[in-house]
Amino acid sequence: MILAVAPLLVPLATALLCTVSYGSPRLQSRFSIAGALALLITAIILVIEVSSNHVVSLTAGNWPLPYGIEVVVDRLGVALTLIAALMLTISLLWQNSDADPAPTSGFFHPLIHGLVAGSCAAFITADLFNLYVWFEVALICALGLLAQGGGLKHFDATLKYFVLNLVGTLLLLAAIALTYAATGHLNFANLRLAVQQVDPAVMLPITGLLLIAFLVKAAAFPFFAWLPASYHTLPAPSLAVFSALLSKIGICALVRMLSGTFHPPSYLLMTLLAGIALLSMVIGVLGAAYHWDIRRILAFHSISQVGYMLLAIALSSRQGDAATIFFAVHHSLVKAGLFLCGALIFCMAGHYDLRRIGGLYAARPFLSVIFLLFALSLVGIPPLTGFWGKYLIIRECLIQGQYLWAGVALSVGGLTFYSMLKIWKEAFWKPHPDATWSPTKEKKLAPAYAGICTLLFVVLWLGLYPEPLLVFVNDAAMTIRGGIP
Amino acid sequence: MTSRAHMAEIFMRGLYPLLLIASVVILFRGHNAPGGGFIGGLMAVAASASYALVFNATNALNRLPCAPVRLAGIGILLALLSGVPAISQGLPYLTHPWWTINLFQVELAASTVMLFDLGVYLAVWGTIGGSCLLLIHSIEGEA
Amino acid sequence: MSWAVILALGTVITAGIYLALSRDLFRCLIGLALLGNGINLMLFTSGRLNSLSPPIIPAGDTVLGATANPLAQALVLTAIVISFAMLCFSLILAIRIVQENRSDDTIALREAEPHSNDPLKPIIEDEP
Repeated sequence: MILAVAPLLVPLATALLCTVSYGSPRLQSRFSIAGALALLITAIILVIEVSSNHVVSLTAGNWPLPYGIEVVVDRLGVALTLIAALMLTISLLWQNSDADPAPTSGFFHPLIHGLVAGSCAAFITADLFNLYVWFEVALICALGLLAQGGGLKHFDATLKYFVLNLVGTLLLLAAIALTYAATGHLNFANLRLAVQQVDPAVMLPITGLLLIAFLVKAAAFPFFAWLPASYHTLPAPSLAVFSALLSKIGICALVRMLSGTFHPPSYLLMTLLAGIALLSMVIGVLGAAYHWDIRRILAFHSISQVGYMLLAIALSSRQGDAATIFFAVHHSLVKAGLFLCGALIFCMAGHYDLRRIGGLYAARPFLSVIFLLFALSLVGIPPLTGFWGKYLIIRECLIQGQYLWAGVALSVGGLTFYSMLKIWKEAFWKPHPDATWSPTKEKKLAPAYAGICTLLFVVLWLGLYPEPLLVFVNDAAMTIRGGIP
Repeated sequence: MTSRAHMAEIFMRGLYPLLLIASVVILFRGHNAPGGGFIGGLMAVAASASYALVFNATNALNRLPCAPVRLAGIGILLALLSGVPAISQGLPYLTHPWWTINLFQVELAASTVMLFDLGVYLAVWGTIGGSCLLLIHSIEGEA
Repeated sequence: MSWAVILALGTVITAGIYLALSRDLFRCLIGLALLGNGINLMLFTSGRLNSLSPPIIPAGDTVLGATANPLAQALVLTAIVISFAMLCFSLILAIRIVQENRSDDTIALREAEPHSNDPLKPIIEDEP
């Protein structure tokens, strides 16, 4: 069914149309918006289709399976595709405002669509090598968006992002070579059967290598250095898409590998993963405590939040997977929302450094409320989405008797609260250090507010009425484990 | 660059179209027939790069059919579109149907694969050629 | 035959890692490219080294005889193309960095991150 490849064809075709029309900005932005809306509609159709029909799949080129590349859209893939489509639309809307937009060089639109195409394809592919290819597509587009800034700072960020991510993809490629040598399969469904026939002592190092490769992509504890070195150099629209999608590619691949294909995972690897998860949570939040630049604080928080998702994967149960997917959805929306709030703060107060700004609560109460809701959701205050995500994870920890894990998860929540309070106190509560300061008025901010309010609406809706999403992620976890909900 | 190599320039004027013709031949007949879009594209890149080395990067850029980015975009777009005719025949995307065309009493086999290969050719020429010319351009100032 | 391939693999990957750990920007990137090529070789050998005949079904036949594994070849071709594109990108990036920074020492390149000897609080950057 052609619908299965639509999530990668639509943004890819849009990216190419934008490339071909890069000489005329008007035409390009029309193509771009039309492509984003088409992707949104595709994603919604797919959500409806997958909810009733279990999965939608297609084998490209009608080749038989060892040679053909299969695309399987399941609930996990479609949920993340919908998020990608939503973030892309908001990001393009944001690009029309004056709140820290990307430089208009003609390459922003092709690159951001290419990034979304690479991520969406990585979410839905059912072939290990194809996953590598889409990782690289997303990587090269991300590099383009980073280098687009054009300053030495941006090139430095690009270099660090490039080197560390390239090491990650090379490890992935090595793991793929070993997997193929050991099992003779790369398709996920075939691999699941083939892995059972192979000696676990052979599979352990291969799975470990694969795990490390995806941990690099997900920015987990010892491998996260690329994330805080690069995110803060990005303009707001790219940053929102980066924070919503890039670490999720790694998380999505990890869930598919550990819970689906290489199942049952070894106890040793899962314990190691839990350790990495706990360290990511703690180190990420401590890194955030050091910084004063809003974007750097939020970038370090991404590492800490990735830790939560990894912890849920390490629980290696169906409920744990469901919690991971719920948390991934929550984190994409809320973290992008916070980064966009940061861009609005920057636009009003003129700086990203908290020591240079202040007084926004009195000047812009509406923005303060938006920020507060996103921040409390990140911390996990009920009834917002973060509460449900953390509740699912901590409950599963307690059920499995992992009291230490639950304790760390709870106390990291407290440290997250401290960080959010820091931004709140410095940017909103304290008076502006420059007494003559007044917020800039003449800027065009309506598209920015429209985008962030849409995001806030989705977050509030999912927080106040999480039942449909909870059922959906439970079914998604069941599908990954080979069951039929 | 101040120094010019006249022999090389005269030689290159003739070699450039020859290299492009060779690349098109390779496009239609790869290592083991049929088709070698990638290797043909690399041949075209070799043509552009050697032209840039003899003259300069700007001259080589002007001899491309259009700007390298656009060339690559058109190429990948062609490759994507080549999978679409299969859908109308009820086959999965990217299945490549074959036809025979009777041209002046000669049976010619044609397929959408050719369109795909042409797309790869243009994409390789655009991306690799474009970055080669950019590299040559960025070191020209220092020489 | 496999011993030669294993030896080559080990040598290339070791050399790649050694160069990639270098402070010199170009050495680092060349090292990564070499590492990539080593891993491509590994991908190629994952299809087994058993036959030298190309995987083409002769005219008239319908089944593939004892030939090389076509899948591993397709995979390695894709991987080579991707690593080639990455090398192109990284070289252009490196040239721009050297032009802007006037140095190819990666330790001197701390534009996007705080210095290791910064005070307790990070310095305020003038440019946002």
